[in-house]
Amino acid sequence: MKDLIQCINLGKSYGSKEALCGVNLEIGTGRIIGLLGPNGSGKTTLIKLINGLLTPTGGEVLVDGKRPGIDSKKMISYLPDKMYFADWMKVSDLLDFFTDFYEDFDRTQAEKMFDTLGIHESSKITKLSKGTKEKVQLVLVMSRKAKLYLLDEPIAGVDPAARDFILDTILNSYNEEGTVLISTHLIADIEKIMDEVIFIKEGRILKHASADDLREESGKSIDALFREMFHSDVYKGRKA
Amino acid sequence: MKWYIDGERPIWIQLKEQLTKQIVSGNYQCGDRLPSVRELASEAGVNPNTMQRALASLDQDGLTMTSRTAGRSVTDDEERIEQCRQEVAHRIVKQYVKDISELGYTKEEAIELIRKGNER
Repeated sequence: MKDLIQCINLGKSYGSKEALCGVNLEIGTGRIIGLLGPNGSGKTTLIKLINGLLTPTGGEVLVDGKRPGIDSKKMISYLPDKMYFADWMKVSDLLDFFTDFYEDFDRTQAEKMFDTLGIHESSKITKLSKGTKEKVQLVLVMSRKAKLYLLDEPIAGVDPAARDFILDTILNSYNEEGTVLISTHLIADIEKIMDEVIFIKEGRILKHASADDLREESGKSIDALFREMFHSDVYKGRKA
Repeated sequence: MKWYIDGERPIWIQLKEQLTKQIVSGNYQCGDRLPSVRELASEAGVNPNTMQRALASLDQDGLTMTSRTAGRSVTDDEERIEQCRQEVAHRIVKQYVKDISELGYTKEEAIELIRKGNER
């Protein structure tokens, strides 16, 4: 099977600071992958390189065999780590924008999901709570029939019940040919839905493996493995 | 059905165990059609690929079978199901004997405990 994402010796520096270094990755289709790493490990940088918001300073990244560009934007649905909606917008404006911008946007599905969540299309974005805004954003992003979903911290700001809704949404709306890459440090929450995990630390990939294989090898949960792997960093070798 | 999944063991194995239990206990009967991979995955809150792996393994064990037209159903081989039922029972007993002997009980005492435990 052809890989959907290919990173070849990919690197990105901001001035003298190396955010990513020598990343080699191959990611196939039809799976849900957790991109796991502590704050500042390079998760967002990697995601932005894949969707072409940043250009590499070393190596290259290919999506479906091509460098990020107009073609790849059509097949990537991206949930940024920050809100980008303008203050004057209503939920209905966003639906219009997505309908205009993306051929693969399923408006009926999005409307249905807003209805389920009790989010009114006439609501102004600025009047919504932080958690509701995140839900709005995710509903829009997941209502595209994309080949690749890049979700940057989709569950950081919401309560546990909303988290379940978000995970269900991800599970139910991604299609067999689609791949979902979720960056997060809240691993316990996505433990059950990941096929594969990528551990990233200080801009380098430490591990890329099947989640169940890792559990079988270690007898531990991915969450526990993560804590083990990064514990010493937090305490810098000192005893807690 | 209710699913109990933890992160400590491979999830596909846990799914397989719980599906097996449903079949050998007769909740799904001989020849019954199973829900689709997607339905089962959504119910359990797991990745469809993981559910698929569990179901494929049931196929391999001869507990279920897949046909192009009818989807996946429980085998009509009653003997095979009974065989699996005994395997599951055996595993449970083995685990019990191990746990109880760690508490210092002999086999005879353990059997006695089961009898008494039932009466309580």
